[in-house]
Amino acid sequence: MAYPKDSSAELADYAHPERLVTTGWLAEQLAGDHPGLVVLESDEDVLLYDTGHIPGSFKLDWHTDLNDPVTRDFVDGEAFAKVMSERGIGRDTTVVIYGDKSNWWAAYALWVMTLFGHEDVRLLDGGRSAWMAEDREMTREVPTAKEADYPVVQRDDAPIRAFKDDVLAHLGKAMVDVRSPGEFSGELLHMPDYPQEGSLRGGHIPGARSVPWAKAAREDGRFKSRADLEGLYQSEQQLAPDEDVVVYCRIGERSSHTWFVLTHLLGFGKVRNYDGSWTEWGNAVRVPVEQGDPTT
Amino acid sequence: MSADLPAPLAELIDDFGSVGPKDRLQLLLELSEELPDLPARYADHPEQLEQVHECQTPLFLAVEVTDGDVHLFFNAPKEAPTTRGFAGILHTGLDGQPAQVVLDVPDDIPFKFGLAEAVSPLRMRGMVAMLSRIKRQTRAQVAD
Repeated sequence: MAYPKDSSAELADYAHPERLVTTGWLAEQLAGDHPGLVVLESDEDVLLYDTGHIPGSFKLDWHTDLNDPVTRDFVDGEAFAKVMSERGIGRDTTVVIYGDKSNWWAAYALWVMTLFGHEDVRLLDGGRSAWMAEDREMTREVPTAKEADYPVVQRDDAPIRAFKDDVLAHLGKAMVDVRSPGEFSGELLHMPDYPQEGSLRGGHIPGARSVPWAKAAREDGRFKSRADLEGLYQSEQQLAPDEDVVVYCRIGERSSHTWFVLTHLLGFGKVRNYDGSWTEWGNAVRVPVEQGDPTT
Repeated sequence: MSADLPAPLAELIDDFGSVGPKDRLQLLLELSEELPDLPARYADHPEQLEQVHECQTPLFLAVEVTDGDVHLFFNAPKEAPTTRGFAGILHTGLDGQPAQVVLDVPDDIPFKFGLAEAVSPLRMRGMVAMLSRIKRQTRAQVAD
C-alpha cells in the first residue's frame, strides 16, 4: 500500500482495515500536502458533488465515467486510464472514495477499480453524510488535477464479477440477494418508492438468501462492527468465509456494498458480484425464478 | 421546433441546447436552487401534495388552476439536486401559463434538454412522470 493505513481502533477488527479510512484520518491527511493520495466522490445523484464536496476531491460519475456508453458493460482499459489520469491518479496512487446513500456508488466505484487491479483503493467509512454530520469543510471549488499517466490495463473480471452463465452454473451454491424484502418476494420490481420498472418477472434467483444491504450499515451510514456483521452473514445465514459466494441486486450497486462487506470486512476469499443482477435475470428467457418470502 | 411551446419553456430548451453537457448540468443545478419553497398552506399540510413515485428520490407536487392559469408547487430534499433541477425546469417553464398551453406541452419534452446522456434513463422517466401528473391534475381542475 502506497499510503499509511488508518490505524484507528474502530477499524482494527475488520479483516482488511486498510480498505477503510475514518473521517478524522482523511481530514488529517488533507490538512497538509498529500502527494500520492486522491479523493473521489461517487454519488447516485449526478449533481450532488456540484452542491459541495470535500475540498480537493474529484467527481467520479458511475454512469458517464465507468459505464460504456453503448454496450452494457464497463469502460475498457483505455477509457479507464483516461478517467484516472484526468483526476491525477497513477497506478500507485492511494484512492479514497466516498459518496451518498451509505457509499453505495462509492463501493461500486471501488469494485470497478478492483476489476482493473488498482491496488490501493479505500472507502471513507460513513461516506458523505458522516463527513457532513461532523460539520467538516465542504466546498464548491472544483480542483484542477495535475494529469497523471495511468497505464492501460486489461480488466480482469473473472475473480470478482459473475455473469449470467456463471450464476446458472452456481445455482445451489451460496448466493445473497441484497434487495429489499418486497423485491425478493416478487411483489416489487425495484425498491419501495422507486419506479417499478425494468423487469418482466419479479422474484429472486432460486436458493438466494435475502440479506438487504442496509443491514450491514449503521444509522449514520458507517459499517456495523465485525461482530455484528459476522452475526448477520455467518451465524444467521450460515455463510462461511471459504465459500464461493455470488451477490446481486438490481444493477449491481447495492450488491457492491455487500461485496465490500464480505470481502474486505469479513475476509471472505471468493465473492463475485453479479452486476447484471435482477434487471438481467428478471428479463432473461427461461432462467429459473423463485417467488415468495425468505425462508430463513 | 419550440414555436408552439410556452415562451419560458422554449427559452430553457434553447439555453440547454446552446451549451455543452457540463454546462447543462450547471444550468440544472441553478434551476434546482431557484426552486421556490412551498407556501405555508402546503408546507404545513404536506398530505395535500401528490408524490411522484417514478422519481428516484422523494418528490411531491401540487397544481392549482386559478383564473385559467396553472400554478405549480414542488417539494424535494436538498440532497436530491437532480430531481429538484427537473422540478425547477418545469416550474420555470410552466408556472403561470394558461391551462390549455400546459396541456398541449408534448409528453416527450423532458428529452429536449440534452440531459439524457448526462443522467441515467431511469431519471429521465422521473421527469416524464412529473409532467404527466401536472397535466393530469390540470385536466381534472379544468373539468371541474
